Amino acid sequence: MTNTDRERHRERETAFYLFTQQRLPACKPVLTPAWVITIFLFTGFIFIPVGLVTLRASRSVVEIVERYDTECVPEPFRIDKVSYVQDDSIPKNCSLSLKVRKYMKAPIYIYYQLDNYYQNHRRYVKSRSDRQLLHGWKYHATSSCQPVEFNNNQPIVPCGLIAWSLFNDTFTFIRERAELKVNRKNIAWKSDRDHKFGKTVYPFNFQNGTLIGGGKLNPRIPLSDQEDLIVWMRTSALPSFRKLYGRIEEDLDADDVVVVHLMNNYNTYGFGGKKKLVLSTSSWLGGKNDFLGLACVFVGSSSVILAIVFMLLHLKSRR
Amino acid sequence: MARGRIRARLRRSHLYTFSCLRPSAAEEGPHSIEGPGYSRIVHCNQPLMHNKKPFKYRSNYISTTKYNFVTFLPKALYEQFHRVANLYFLGTAIISVTPLSPFSAVSMIAPLAFVVGLSMAKEALEDWRRFMQDMKVNTRKVKVHKEDGIFGNKTWQKVQVGDVVKVEKDQFFPADLLLLSSSYEDGICYVETMNLDGETNLKVKRALEVTLSLDEDEAFKNFTGTITCEDPNPSLYTFVGNFEYDRQVYALDPSQILLRDSKLRNTTFVYGIAIFAGHDSKVMQNATKSPSKRSRIERKMDYIIYVLFSLLLMISLISSIGFAVKTKFYMPDWWYLQPQHTDDYYNPEKPVLSGVSHLVTALVLYGYLIPISLYVSIEVVKVLQASFINQDIQMYDEETGNPAQARTSNLNEELGQVDTILSDKTGTLTCNQMDFLKCSIAGTAYGVCSSEVELAAAQQMAIDLEDQDAERSTGSRQKGKQQEIELETVVTSRDEKDHKSPIKGFSFEDSRIMKGNWLREPNADVIMLFFRILAICHTAIPELNEETGSYTYEAESPDEGAFLVAAREFGFEFFKRTQSGVFVRERYSVAGQPIDREFKILNMLEFTSKRKRMTVIVRDEDGQILLLCKGADSIIFDRLSKNGRLYEEDTNKHLNEYGEAGLRTLALAYRKLEESEYSAWNNEFQKAKTSIGADRETLLENVAEMMERDLILIGATAVEDKLQKGVPQCIDKLAQAGLKIWVLTGDKMETAINIGYACSLLRQGMKQICITANSSDAKEVVKENILMQITNASQMIKLENDPHAAFALIIDGKTLAYALEDDMKQQFLGLAVDCASVICCRVSPKQKALVTRLVKEGTGKTTLAIGDGANDVGMIQEADIGVGISGVEGMQAVMASDFSVAQFRFLERLLVVHGHWCYKRIAQMVCYFFYKNIAFGLTLFYFEAFTGFSGQSVYDDWYMLLFNVVLTSLPVISLGVFEQDVSSEVCLQFPALYQQGPRNLFFDWYRILGWMGNGLYSSLIIFFLNIIIFYDQAFRSGGQTADMAALGTTMFTCIIWALNCQIALTMSHFTWIQHLFIWGSIGTWYLFLFVYGMLSPTISGNAYQILVEALAPAPIYWSATLLVTVACNLPYMAHICFQRCFHPMDHHIIQEIKYYKKDVEDQRMWSRERSKARQKTKIGFTARVDAKIRQLRGKLQRKHTSLEMHSPVTPS
Repeated sequence: MTNTDRERHRERETAFYLFTQQRLPACKPVLTPAWVITIFLFTGFIFIPVGLVTLRASRSVVEIVERYDTECVPEPFRIDKVSYVQDDSIPKNCSLSLKVRKYMKAPIYIYYQLDNYYQNHRRYVKSRSDRQLLHGWKYHATSSCQPVEFNNNQPIVPCGLIAWSLFNDTFTFIRERAELKVNRKNIAWKSDRDHKFGKTVYPFNFQNGTLIGGGKLNPRIPLSDQEDLIVWMRTSALPSFRKLYGRIEEDLDADDVVVVHLMNNYNTYGFGGKKKLVLSTSSWLGGKNDFLGLACVFVGSSSVILAIVFMLLHLKSRR
Repeated sequence: MARGRIRARLRRSHLYTFSCLRPSAAEEGPHSIEGPGYSRIVHCNQPLMHNKKPFKYRSNYISTTKYNFVTFLPKALYEQFHRVANLYFLGTAIISVTPLSPFSAVSMIAPLAFVVGLSMAKEALEDWRRFMQDMKVNTRKVKVHKEDGIFGNKTWQKVQVGDVVKVEKDQFFPADLLLLSSSYEDGICYVETMNLDGETNLKVKRALEVTLSLDEDEAFKNFTGTITCEDPNPSLYTFVGNFEYDRQVYALDPSQILLRDSKLRNTTFVYGIAIFAGHDSKVMQNATKSPSKRSRIERKMDYIIYVLFSLLLMISLISSIGFAVKTKFYMPDWWYLQPQHTDDYYNPEKPVLSGVSHLVTALVLYGYLIPISLYVSIEVVKVLQASFINQDIQMYDEETGNPAQARTSNLNEELGQVDTILSDKTGTLTCNQMDFLKCSIAGTAYGVCSSEVELAAAQQMAIDLEDQDAERSTGSRQKGKQQEIELETVVTSRDEKDHKSPIKGFSFEDSRIMKGNWLREPNADVIMLFFRILAICHTAIPELNEETGSYTYEAESPDEGAFLVAAREFGFEFFKRTQSGVFVRERYSVAGQPIDREFKILNMLEFTSKRKRMTVIVRDEDGQILLLCKGADSIIFDRLSKNGRLYEEDTNKHLNEYGEAGLRTLALAYRKLEESEYSAWNNEFQKAKTSIGADRETLLENVAEMMERDLILIGATAVEDKLQKGVPQCIDKLAQAGLKIWVLTGDKMETAINIGYACSLLRQGMKQICITANSSDAKEVVKENILMQITNASQMIKLENDPHAAFALIIDGKTLAYALEDDMKQQFLGLAVDCASVICCRVSPKQKALVTRLVKEGTGKTTLAIGDGANDVGMIQEADIGVGISGVEGMQAVMASDFSVAQFRFLERLLVVHGHWCYKRIAQMVCYFFYKNIAFGLTLFYFEAFTGFSGQSVYDDWYMLLFNVVLTSLPVISLGVFEQDVSSEVCLQFPALYQQGPRNLFFDWYRILGWMGNGLYSSLIIFFLNIIIFYDQAFRSGGQTADMAALGTTMFTCIIWALNCQIALTMSHFTWIQHLFIWGSIGTWYLFLFVYGMLSPTISGNAYQILVEALAPAPIYWSATLLVTVACNLPYMAHICFQRCFHPMDHHIIQEIKYYKKDVEDQRMWSRERSKARQKTKIGFTARVDAKIRQLRGKLQRKHTSLEMHSPVTPS
């Protein structure tokens, strides 16, 4: 072998040469019957247990859902609920009593649920200013907040439709005459509180206009502490959604009766939206979510069935 | 060097009887040149005069570029936005700066700018290459008269009209020149016009008598003259003009015109005046803009784009109607939207206006259905594929140093769908180099070397027999049989290397007549005469090569050269030609001493295609007058005397053998003349020669005919028109791949048929259908006659019962002219398609293009044209794919081509490997592209239905921006660049696999719609599983519910996983690159999400820390991803598993065999599969060898039975 030969030989071995000649070492998996059956069975054996475990977790969650939008309107006003809810002179308090069917372990999460409420409408979603929420009224470029940007030629903080339509029903919970302690802190994402809502930004000129939307904000509390607002500002993806209201940090026993005193301030009557109050425990997976488990079991079992069908077909017509 | 000194003083015109006859000056006056079309005036030797008005002739600078610096931007932009999809994206980009847009402007403009920029950069690069090519031509040097008889070098682009140019041997003419004088005394020069018409024989041009004196540099000191002539035009064979010189006007005709791009041969130098320069020259006027070609897949892709556009329009309409309805009837109730403060976009009072403006928004929003990156990805992929083609070492020609080149990258996948190959002959199939191989003298065949055809056939036979043996025999017996076979083939298949002749043009080997041994042969006198004919009967000129002391010959045709070399090797060395004689040194004479003999040439009747023979009448040293003749066997055999037929039978047998072996044959004969007989004839001949009038030529021919009779046959020669390396094998493989091969050649019918045999396009036992026309009849009669022949032949084919019967169609150019007329071409095409091989001979460049168009349009299948010369340019441009042979002089074919290869044999790899791969890659890639964009785009639509059709997207703008550009682009590119269903070796072993392309198995509507359906399914699964899982429940143990950002991000994660797993399932070939790209894309998504979440919340918005804080700690996020990914891919997975196992395609089976390593372990099975996979062909070696194999097998069978009687064998 001469020198040049050897060089050429070496060149042929280099990865780049192999690359240009499209001869890089490659793995060429072929779906042989054995592989096919193995893969399908394997999928099945992964998914069925996963499904069962999730299903079990989901079943361990205890949930109480109470619709109150109609009940909490006194009988005489039920013909015209909108004017009832818009009339400030009428007291909006209302009581519900919830029966606990199963033992609920603390923390018990309190949600309010709105249906038929398009928080994901483009006009709505766009109508906010993240910079203003962080930097306060010094930040002027808030045209995205249209049509809730200025009032009396003064900027509104927080601006935009989302903030303006803040949910403002309130709930208190009483068990056997003793008020249950509801923790309303730490219901929003920590990153939101720390980095998206200014610690020095105070509500300003909020809900001062002729049109009053939803809740008002305490102008002395900085936005970063207004957790209701922060939760509300996380717009939901679907027109039916739950938002966290607070946590009950006591266990509830089966057959306990919890009386809820609520202020039915928020107007969902104009668009026929439902309002629900939800008490729910959580598992490691989250809330009650049978679907995930069922879907996993379904996928797992169909792949096992596929494996069996395939095996039978293969035995029948062996190539 | 003394090259050419000998012949410099020759009046070569005396050699020619028929062509290039000088019309005497008195015969014709100057042309009357007036009026439009004849306005060009050239002042010779005064080039500066043409810079001023009114001339302003074009300079010799040529440019074939599409753009220049100024026009590039507007023109290229126009080209880009010519595409519907790009125009649409331009529209969306414009909308994106208005409030109508659902996305931010940058997310719309950036991808478009990227895509268009990349395409334009590619255009610019290609144009730059063209520019460099032009510059190479423009800066060639030529000698131009400067002043006072001094010539200096100038670049071609500086040559001006009116310049006196001196062109030396083997140089190209820089412009169209008027020939003034040459190194020959009578102003003759030889020109090779291969670049213009592909003809390889030299053409003779001659100068006017009056300018012959201008044959040295000094003569041009005070030379002036004026040329009045026609305006620039593309007609190559006409020229009308007058030349005013010394106050006399002379007529000019085409024989004085030297065309640009033709080449000076066999002549030391010529002087000429530039008449047409640059783009005015005839060859440039002939140049047509190369049409932009698009592949079938790309054209079909347009339809898919239209389908997607309609889908887009439809869902946009649905959503805008939905929006209008929602806005009108529901929105007034949605107080939280403040419906009283409305603008036009959300106006319950004007729902139609809102609906229309929403339509615009929706068209932008669902733009993800149209893959913006499709075009750019395809371009990237194609460029990379093209670079693989360029870099393929197995298509690199070491002799010329030319790699294969994909000159336009947009036809790669078309290479995988070719149905018909139209090939040129000379320079493409053959090297245009003749080798003297065999001869038959006095009825005895000499020459033991085998032609390439024989060699290859023998080898193939041996291999095939081994295969078949292996099937039937056990090891011990096999050995014995192999020996038998070896015995059978040893005569013919002797190894080439041992016998490689070092002499160009001479591969003869036979000790009986070599080295003077012929003297001891029985018919020594006849053999001597045979060699003398070879040495005397020609028009060549010897040249002494001073280094080696031997002579080389400059002949008009390569055959003649081969004869002279052969004669030299046999000991009859032609070394000198004078005006009237030929001198031959005979090394082996009876006396034993070398003798120089002079043969006086009395007359020479040269070869024309009509006469098909050449005759010289010589007087030898004894005073004997001899007529020596060589010509086509049929012509010679017709003219033999009664007693001259002594060897006819044997010679004829040999001629047939030679023909079958693919050799070109000529028969040699002589006649002894009496002095009186000759002088009587010569008188008549001279009379005819000096006669004036149109029928002079006929007269001459008749006189010549009178003499060329009563000949005595002495033998025949067999010359191998050397096929290029590997051509028969390549044709065989291509035939097995199911391709049809047509040969279109400008050559004679005999030559074409010979080559047909040599490449196994024709074989013995094939029914040849020759369609010819008798030109003397009236047009209608001829047409009717041809139509009759065609219909008869079609009938014959229809009535043929034998399934193995093969037909070959042979047609010449003149007949083709009729057959290509509108009313007949369908019948002709029908017949041609039924024939296994088609050979068209004597076709003009235009006819080549017409035939190509006929096949392309008539059959609707993909055609590929391959050629090397300028005469193939039309065909190359007309065909769906044009392939040029590079490495030969003249680049026209390559310049016009889409691909260039150095040799024909590389076509096999180009088509069967690269074509097959590229087709599958692009097809799969395009399908996947549509799948991915449908799967993604539809989720946007579903979500919109949940937002009151307001046009809100569930994904962050940045996700969408990255989706096409980063997150899903690289895997699909790697699919398009690296996918291999089977390795290249297997592709070559199973040429039949190629048929997947022409049958279009991977890009039919069934498959496309299947992929679209898959996309629809995936979109449904991704969207609905996610929204049900994240509907209203907390998704974390901390009780938080999912907002839009969390849902969108999870959904997007599912999409990334599902799409990338899908592409992994689609691929069958994973190198580390694919792994990196696919799994890297998924990784990139998480990385992006992490980094994006780290950015300031004013940038990332709701995605701020979404992965770290919200999603990653939630098990539901991961389990949803897993569930959705598997659910999306499960049906596809089941589909491919079932398809592979129960309805496997060809490549599946091969993959499986390879996977189990069956090819190594079980050679028999492998070769059985291989032979099974062979396409049943009627042409090529395989078909040809079949018959012989059957014959041999019969023989072996007999031997077996006798063997088996002795040794009982267990049945295998």
